[in-house]
Amino acid sequence: MNSLSRYIIPLLLVGIPFIGIIKGVKVYEVFVEGAKEGLKTVVNILPYLIAMLVAVNMFRESGAMEIVVETIGRLTSAAGIPVELLPLAILRPLSGSASLGIAMDLIREYGPDSYIGILASMIYGSSEATLYVLSVYFGAIGIKKMRYALLAGLASDVIGILISCLIASLLF
Amino acid sequence: MINYFWFTLIGISAIVGVLTGRIDQLNQAIMNGAKDAVEISIGLIGIMGLWLGIMRIAEHSGLINLLSRALYPVLKPLFKELPEDNMAMGAMIMNLSANTLGLGNAATPMGIKAMEELQRLNPDKESASDAMCMFLVLNTECVQFMPTTMIAIRAVEGSKDPAAIVLPIMISSITAAAMSVIVTLLIRMAYRRYKV
Repeated sequence: MNSLSRYIIPLLLVGIPFIGIIKGVKVYEVFVEGAKEGLKTVVNILPYLIAMLVAVNMFRESGAMEIVVETIGRLTSAAGIPVELLPLAILRPLSGSASLGIAMDLIREYGPDSYIGILASMIYGSSEATLYVLSVYFGAIGIKKMRYALLAGLASDVIGILISCLIASLLF
Repeated sequence: MINYFWFTLIGISAIVGVLTGRIDQLNQAIMNGAKDAVEISIGLIGIMGLWLGIMRIAEHSGLINLLSRALYPVLKPLFKELPEDNMAMGAMIMNLSANTLGLGNAATPMGIKAMEELQRLNPDKESASDAMCMFLVLNTECVQFMPTTMIAIRAVEGSKDPAAIVLPIMISSITAAAMSVIVTLLIRMAYRRYKV
């Protein structure tokens, strides 16, 4: 498993430009043009990160998080989900930036290769900030009645998180 | 929504912090939060740039197009009500392909484009159509082949194998996407019957 995924990145890094060259793409110029987006993307994310990391840090250090997690944690730890991941699971559907901040925090605190670090990456990687997508997409076309969209979206988030936990417990 | 959420988060934190006498930790947390955000962002610039560069090559080489065509037979049964060969399907496939490769920012414009096309086919312009609800679920619960952001973060935090999560995420996101589609169809049926 691990040795296989170790080859994926170099393979993509060589394979994609290789196909590009065959197809007559100016790979270097196109790469640079795409890479410029990286700076823009990160600059766009930064304000959200500041807002959310400050709020999330406050929430954690003030003791408020402990109160919330202790309350719900009894239920979820019975289901085999580590309590440390609860804040991430709770925030993931609500806000991409907040959950990214929490995932980063967990990875930093427990280490990227720890069980919690891996599970945090999996939960983040295999779900999406439903509420954000819902408001951006439906906002863009002026939908007022969401019908069952929110229910279906949140149900899928719960499914995604539970399946991440299940797969992680089977694989690691 | 996010406004209330954010304000509740900082408001409750400040109150609890004062009540528990952790005012010093609270101050520290505020400063560290802002500092961490900048440090993380600077660490991300290089890796994000690298991937977005590679993905741009994939786009120009027609690889993303190829993925689109591979996805078409999978999507067709989920959107039976859409007419053959319409723009909505194309835009949805582009959006989902971009999501699959972790191109979050490239995906958003295509997603909005897809919603606009679905809106054109929507008889009630104020209410979300079944196709829109299904697309939303597919979009948020999308299969991930390249979780770029997480690989980048794991690399920045010194993982021995930042890509170790690629396969597990692939497996869990495929399973979750399939289950979410089934649950969405069930919710749709219940909604039609009981108008919840």
